[in-house]
Amino acid sequence: MERVPKHKAPVKGEHPAPAETNGKHHQVTSATVPDPPRRSDVDEWGRSERIRQLARVLYDPIYRVWFRTEWEGLDKIPSTGGALLIANHAGALPQDAPVIMHGIEIELGRPVYGMADYFFRTVPVVGTLWSRSGGVVANPDNAYRLLRQQGQLALVFPEGSKGPSKRFAERYHLRRFGRGGVVEIAMRAGVPVIPIAVVGSEEVMPMLFRVPALSRLLRVPYFPVTANMMALGPLGFLLPLPAKFKLRVLDPITFDVAPDLDHYPRSAVMEGAERIRADLQQTLYDMLAERRSAWFG
Amino acid sequence: MPGSAEGLRRVLVTGADTFWGGRVARALESARNAEVIVAIGARAPSIPLEGADFVRVSDPNFSTLDRIVDGVGADTIVHTGLIVDSTLGSPARLHEVNVIGTMNLLAAAGTRRSTVRTLVVKSSGLVYGASSKDPYAFKESCGRSGPPTTPVERSLVDAEALVGDFARDNPKVAVSVLRFANVLGSHLRAPLSRNLARAFCPSLFGYDPLLQFVEQDDVVRALVHTLGSKLRGTFNVGGAGRLPLSELAAICGTRLVPLLPWQVGLLSAPARRMRLFDLPPELVTLLRYGRGMDTDAFTATGFEYRYSSLGAAEAFARTLRLHRGSSPSVGRRENLPWG
Repeated sequence: MERVPKHKAPVKGEHPAPAETNGKHHQVTSATVPDPPRRSDVDEWGRSERIRQLARVLYDPIYRVWFRTEWEGLDKIPSTGGALLIANHAGALPQDAPVIMHGIEIELGRPVYGMADYFFRTVPVVGTLWSRSGGVVANPDNAYRLLRQQGQLALVFPEGSKGPSKRFAERYHLRRFGRGGVVEIAMRAGVPVIPIAVVGSEEVMPMLFRVPALSRLLRVPYFPVTANMMALGPLGFLLPLPAKFKLRVLDPITFDVAPDLDHYPRSAVMEGAERIRADLQQTLYDMLAERRSAWFG
Repeated sequence: MPGSAEGLRRVLVTGADTFWGGRVARALESARNAEVIVAIGARAPSIPLEGADFVRVSDPNFSTLDRIVDGVGADTIVHTGLIVDSTLGSPARLHEVNVIGTMNLLAAAGTRRSTVRTLVVKSSGLVYGASSKDPYAFKESCGRSGPPTTPVERSLVDAEALVGDFARDNPKVAVSVLRFANVLGSHLRAPLSRNLARAFCPSLFGYDPLLQFVEQDDVVRALVHTLGSKLRGTFNVGGAGRLPLSELAAICGTRLVPLLPWQVGLLSAPARRMRLFDLPPELVTLLRYGRGMDTDAFTATGFEYRYSSLGAAEAFARTLRLHRGSSPSVGRRENLPWG
């Protein structure tokens, strides 16, 4: 099948693994070889703390000066153990994910894994940078491993791409929470769901309309035309408007079910999802009622 | 069932002419728990055998294999004949060896008078493929994210399906399938390790996949362990941890050459002929999305790996340095573009 190279190593080689059961000098070879030091800090998810650190340095001015981000109830996010963070998702090319990840990482000093559509992985350069800065494909197995086995924080947007692809006229109206997968994952992993209401994310990139023909052509989930692009041209793709970001962490929600079950009743899952969605929606309405200006808060 | 009273086995090893068949036969020789070892293959064994007998089977059809299984009185079959390196044969040959060969072997092992009670199949993580929708780590129960797209993956999926049918039809036989991660070793040359051994290694522009490896000796040890433990079912076998390609290249002292999508299709055939690099289609998807397997089930059977993914890469790099005579200063942190 595979060929043996012509130059053979003289000592080691030709007699690989002369079986571990055979006592004496062979015993040595079956001992586990200790790992040498790593040359990079890319973890098993593809996240690199060094890249994250660089991203934080670059993003900090946007977070502090441009968005003037304000948190409320950050102490409700545990400093250890797994928790599933969910938030409303908005703004054509969404800024809510980096703001939440950045905020929690600098305030709590613990990593946040941002779960998103597998679409990101398919884009060269972007996909790699996304993965190195804590992006993980939103997949029930991945979420379970992160939350249950590794006790990490995972950030999920249960609206999926339906959130950021809605038009500005529909701002802050939550889309449906898929099939309630978020709740099911939290139940299975035995971790709390912590909703985060984000205000300001809709105004940084107001979506005017979508161009379905272009999204098909470019094979992207949607192609937005935003107010930024109208005002600034191509630069508007990258430059968010300086809306004020306000984030409110809601009380953690735990579920009264055993973890690790194969199946959870659909009605319990949907009930949980609907309750979280209603709470989050109400909080958003409250925050909007309190807000006097989209730019100054 | 001859030999079983003393706990000694009568083993038939397929693919003796392949890299693995010969090595498994050798490992079984030194394990000394086999009464008879017969290795079959189309050509001479890949490494010299001492205690094992070699039978040349140029046309492994049903009646030939049936006579061999019967004549040996085999109670154990180790099927290492599956081709997992697609550069070793045309799509037609992959189908012939992997699908038809397996079918004939299983038919011979499943006859009414057959004494076979253990079947171990050496398969590959290629059955999972590599796609953007993949989970971080495939469990044995996970399916692929999409249908197989390359000839080698298709033939392996088909071969495993045949093994599944055999296990269902023959409940007396303990059937186990081992799906191995990409192998690195001092002697094995597969497309990826051939690329890593060269001064320049192709990668895909903008992608830095996470890869999992198993060391060559651990592959043989895993197969021997499976035989000894009488395991049933499918198991992933791969070292702990995953490495980004950029780190792997730094360890191996090779420079990555990022190719653009149109270059991949255009260059892979001439580059292979000119021995510049190997880029079969299943390696292209691997270099884009990587692959990880959950190996907890196999570890739970009591198998202890000698090498993690990182350890396998470092051991491989050591043998490369021996051959190249280069200094071990290659691959400092600065060489890593993606962290």
